[in-house]
Amino acid sequence: MKTRVPDAESLLAALIEQMRPAVPADTGMIGIHTGGVWVAQRLHRALGLTAPLGTIDVAFYRDDYGSRGLSPKVRPSDIPFDVTDRDIVLVDDVLYTGRTIRAAINELFDYGRPGRVRLAALVDRGGRQLPIAPQFVGSTLEVADGELVVLSRAEDGRLSLSVQARVGAGA
Amino acid sequence: MLAANPQLSAHGELRHLLTIEGLPRETILQILDTATSFVSVTERDVKKVPLLRGKSVFNLFFEPSTRTRTTFEIAAKRLSADVINLNVGASSQSKGETLLDTVANLSAMHADMFVVRHAQSGAAHLIARHVAPNIHVINAGDGRHAHPTQALLDMFTIRHYKSEFSGLRVAIIGDVLHSRVARSQIHALTTLGVPEVRVIGPRTLLPSEVSRLGVHVFHDMRQGLKDVDVVMMLRLQTERMSGALLPSAQEFFKNYGLNADKLAVARPDAIVMHPGPMNRGVEIDSTVADGGQSVILPQVTFGIAVRMAVMSIVAGNP
Repeated sequence: MKTRVPDAESLLAALIEQMRPAVPADTGMIGIHTGGVWVAQRLHRALGLTAPLGTIDVAFYRDDYGSRGLSPKVRPSDIPFDVTDRDIVLVDDVLYTGRTIRAAINELFDYGRPGRVRLAALVDRGGRQLPIAPQFVGSTLEVADGELVVLSRAEDGRLSLSVQARVGAGA
Repeated sequence: MLAANPQLSAHGELRHLLTIEGLPRETILQILDTATSFVSVTERDVKKVPLLRGKSVFNLFFEPSTRTRTTFEIAAKRLSADVINLNVGASSQSKGETLLDTVANLSAMHADMFVVRHAQSGAAHLIARHVAPNIHVINAGDGRHAHPTQALLDMFTIRHYKSEFSGLRVAIIGDVLHSRVARSQIHALTTLGVPEVRVIGPRTLLPSEVSRLGVHVFHDMRQGLKDVDVVMMLRLQTERMSGALLPSAQEFFKNYGLNADKLAVARPDAIVMHPGPMNRGVEIDSTVADGGQSVILPQVTFGIAVRMAVMSIVAGNP
């Protein structure tokens, strides 16, 4: 199957326009490592949010630790604002099974009790395995099960998407 | 020719932590990086993560310990494991049960991990060779051989204050002969690329083979401490000494005890470390132990995050 890959910068612009009227300046934004952080950095700047950007690495909350072990590259999570009672937007690059988002929500609640949590994703490729739905999406994309949608960032900061065959397909 | 490293799986993943010797540099750095992420966990409101939920960690201490056993216990609890502390010297062993029988019985109670402290060198290796493949072993100090998590937390502390290992001058001082900590530290420092590792102590307390480990040997404190960035003190292990290795503790302090005067020879931004428990007035003076260059208490705090990293990495590698 040949998939037409959308332009990440156009999706980002569409996402910003969607979010602008719905995301007040005092919203706490948290990007999920690694691609989600890149998207969140751009959204955070474009929306002029006042609280510093948070980042989450969900490695300590993943549900496949028992079968795959700990990720060899865990980055520290950093949420530099009080989450209790705050309006939060989680940001990921590609939304797929929903398992990463489940892990991120669990981790978030170990920082406090947020007032509301919403989800923004640059791309929704479907295939959900959990009851998780995004509030803001740049675009939906149909790709085969054996394929991965990968976000890359160039040295000048530009984002781009590609569709790649999954290594060890079927996982 | 070295035998295959028993702590690594066929894929080179860390299954047990038994010794720093032979551990790849990447593995040590992975542990330090993972520990950095656990430091941020320990600064949160809820200081636990669910990685070892439902797992049982047995703290198997055949030798007394306060700091190491407690920080392993805290680390396991912060990973959501159940922790069972056994002070074995006081029970089964005194009734004649062998080490492997003790371990077999605890394995029958569905242990997932053993943290082992033993007076006999090689005890943790022996256990690791005999447990089922899904059980992990961490050496918390075996005889004079190794104390890998202490060395790792020391490396974490050095990196925290000095950022880089390349370009550092590090001195290890005191009773190297009886010290499993010193052996593990030397292996860790050289593996991480510290260009100059020195050991300082009296001839009677430096093992004859120490210079073969790639370190510079000094018998004079002022020469050895000149311009060092990191001062790692060792405890004088009088309980392991037989015969007259030392004239007296006072004599030792005079020559090898760290006081402000001797520390002044090191770089002005040098940090002072000690694995504990400290003998004040024997190997270290209180003015230094409690002074501005001492990072002895941060070492203890970092020990929790480093032990969380080691436990979560080995438990994830079947």
